[in-house]
Amino acid sequence: MRSLDKEDIENLAVGAAILGTGGGGDPYLGKLTAIQALDEGYEINVVDVKEVPDDALVIPSAGMGSPTVIVEKIPKGTEIINAFKTLSEYLGREVYATMPIEAGGLNSTFPLAVGAKMGIPIVDADGMGRAFPELQMTTFHINGVTVTPMALADERDNTVLLKTCDNYWAEWIARDITIRFGGTAWIALYPMTGKELKKAAIPGTMGLAEKLGAAVRETKESKGNPIDAVLDVSNGFELFKGKIVDVVRRTTGGFARGEIKIEGIDEYKGQNLLVHFQNENLVAIKDGEVIASVPDLITLLDLETAMPITTEAVKYGYRCFVIGIPCSEMWRTEKGLEVAGPKYFGYDVEYKPIEEIMGGMQ
Amino acid sequence: MTYRLGIDVGGTNTDAVILDKNDQPVAKIKVATTEDVTTGILNALDGVLKDSSVDPSEIKYAMLGTTHCTNAIVERKNLARVGIIRIGRPATLSIKPLISWPEDLVEAIGGYTHIVHGGHEYDGRELAPLDEEEVKRAVKDLKEKGVESVAISAVFSPVNNEHELRVAEIVREIMGDVPISLSHEIGSISLLERENAAILNAAVVKVAEIAVKSFENALKKKGIDAQLYITQNDGTLMSAEYALKYPVLTIASGPANSLRGGTFLSGLKNAVVVDVGGTTTDIGVLVNGFPRESSVAVEIGGVRTNFRMPDLISIGLGGGSIVEEVNGDVKVGPRSVGYRLEKEALVFGGNTLTTTDIAVSLGRIKLGDPSKVENLDKTLVEKAAGKIKTMVEEAIDRMKTSPEPVPVILVGGGSIIIPDELRGASEVIKPPHFEVANAIGAAIAQVSGEIDKVFSLEERSREDVLKEAKEIAVKEAIKAGADPNTVEIVDIDEVPLAYLPGNAIRIRVKAAGYLKI
Repeated sequence: MRSLDKEDIENLAVGAAILGTGGGGDPYLGKLTAIQALDEGYEINVVDVKEVPDDALVIPSAGMGSPTVIVEKIPKGTEIINAFKTLSEYLGREVYATMPIEAGGLNSTFPLAVGAKMGIPIVDADGMGRAFPELQMTTFHINGVTVTPMALADERDNTVLLKTCDNYWAEWIARDITIRFGGTAWIALYPMTGKELKKAAIPGTMGLAEKLGAAVRETKESKGNPIDAVLDVSNGFELFKGKIVDVVRRTTGGFARGEIKIEGIDEYKGQNLLVHFQNENLVAIKDGEVIASVPDLITLLDLETAMPITTEAVKYGYRCFVIGIPCSEMWRTEKGLEVAGPKYFGYDVEYKPIEEIMGGMQ
Repeated sequence: MTYRLGIDVGGTNTDAVILDKNDQPVAKIKVATTEDVTTGILNALDGVLKDSSVDPSEIKYAMLGTTHCTNAIVERKNLARVGIIRIGRPATLSIKPLISWPEDLVEAIGGYTHIVHGGHEYDGRELAPLDEEEVKRAVKDLKEKGVESVAISAVFSPVNNEHELRVAEIVREIMGDVPISLSHEIGSISLLERENAAILNAAVVKVAEIAVKSFENALKKKGIDAQLYITQNDGTLMSAEYALKYPVLTIASGPANSLRGGTFLSGLKNAVVVDVGGTTTDIGVLVNGFPRESSVAVEIGGVRTNFRMPDLISIGLGGGSIVEEVNGDVKVGPRSVGYRLEKEALVFGGNTLTTTDIAVSLGRIKLGDPSKVENLDKTLVEKAAGKIKTMVEEAIDRMKTSPEPVPVILVGGGSIIIPDELRGASEVIKPPHFEVANAIGAAIAQVSGEIDKVFSLEERSREDVLKEAKEIAVKEAIKAGADPNTVEIVDIDEVPLAYLPGNAIRIRVKAAGYLKI
């Protein structure tokens, strides 16, 4: 077990934005809830997956709903605690620890304050290793852990206990409850034992995010090369370096979809990269050839600051590095690719691990 | 004859112009900004009055662009003690006001905070009823603590402002005539950033009062009895009275004035404006004659805010930037001799090689003693010139929205260092009076009216809602002093609120027109 201080939390937020692969929302608000919890004297403790006893109950926590509402109606902070109480009463067991369902974006940082205020640790792990838009897009799901029983709560102490026939129905019904609550719900979901956790979670992703953030923030101060540090920490690959020359956007089915065209500079001069996104960056094509695809991570980093560029903010004229980071092996199984492979997102692309593609090129 | 006076107080220089009724400059001057600001303004007034022999009594309008408020926040000086009331219980407690603020700034404003029950949901429903007894207790506490200014924010106040307005009434009942900053009048959706903007506004009310008073006194001293206006960061004017209420809107008015001056002097409505000062260069974009606004949160003095600000890139390049060789490479800026240029640059007999020396050496401008740069190493000069060109070109490229070449307007005293040809520019224009474009931008500024509100499209058509929004914006502009015959809609922005039922849409409309003279 280790404790996080403010510096660790700042690092985590930057790293979570890198793992957000352009989407997933800003980890900023969750970071502030964690900092306030520390100011109020709470401790934020993190445990490794292997420290969790096999019979312990672990319940991940998250916010759900419209980002526009979350930035306006900031949580009270006790909503998830109510959800936990309801769920643990139903299960008749004490909760041992909580954890994020996604390592990237908005939901990566909220569980910190939840664990702190409940006096339980946060497991250094998640169910995506990145950010994805739907509740069932997790390694928990592909390993047979169910979203429900789950509990949803709002700031008025309304609490809903939900049990559904499968994970898709959980997503479907929970969305409606969220609307009644006023656009956001705070949820405790995917309850699992320590034994299930060890099989279904991606270990070490919180620590990875911290290291990524530290790499960017520290090398920037020492005027080193943050990109090298990021690639080193993440076992990632430099895919491209260039200038964004065009961004095409369209909104379909609630997703912001589009393509980013990048023209190579320096050693990439004369080459072109096309990045397809749906909230997150999903497929990268260099001069007509796919060089990385979901579920591997594709992130754009500002050339000067190495700070990640979101698909919302991306625009003509940005100079950036494009990096690729290998996803968890669990995503590379048949079931994993069925849930979150390029075909699920509508791309006629045969998934190939990024190491193989980059290895073949060198 | 009636004249108008434009003054722009910058970090280094205070510029002034007098325009005749045909908007022609009859006098212009650049003097050093002084520590107390007022002396600089008086010096500038002396200069233009002497230059033009205009009778001070014929100056009927005086427009001031000032950095007082920006400086006060950055330097944490003369800030008011602020009482903060957030309306949002039972929600929002997990991030209290000021959490993300720099400690020294919180110390400077005191920052007494209360969070009370109330606020609204995205669809206009009440999040919780306003508890007036709770509000009264909070206000009494703030009064006891001796706060000088009050900031009020409420959850979803851009959708429904009732609770903010009611709390403001209660504050008046208990505290009397204290300045009140309401978040919905300053910022947009996103509670923390909007609240921050309101708190910053509340913090600079005293500074604004000093600025306006000292401007008034300076004018009086010179026998000028003019109507007084202050420029704001969208390049339009506000009355002195309005500026005292919304002083935070003066932040970044300097670059906005330069952009407006650029459009006026060049006659172009859509272009990139490069404003080169002594130490930095600000690059902004004109869209229909007005500064393009930033679409992302802007940090001021270390605080994240979301009120409208011009979209600018600032680079460390100016007329006083130091040129030096480092490991065989030529480095330009960000270090600068700043206002000491006329002592330290080589052409003025100093010992520091600056970008101005490079411009003189290339024969782009005659300044000081050109013989002092005759013997400069040619490769060094060429490398430095190349570096300056690339720095500006890259910044211009980042501000464009497509690869198409665009016209580039050069303004500001330091723009002599920029070449006449730039990659990505369809033409490079250095208009007459370019060096005082900001003061001219202040003098010719229009008055505007604005609306920023979330509408529901449940029972009304989009056209209907847009029409209402436009009418309100026009009315606001006229109320602010615009001539009804000249008022035009200058900007419309529609944002559908994603992932929500009820077809909510956020509409912002701005109208602007010339002062009714």
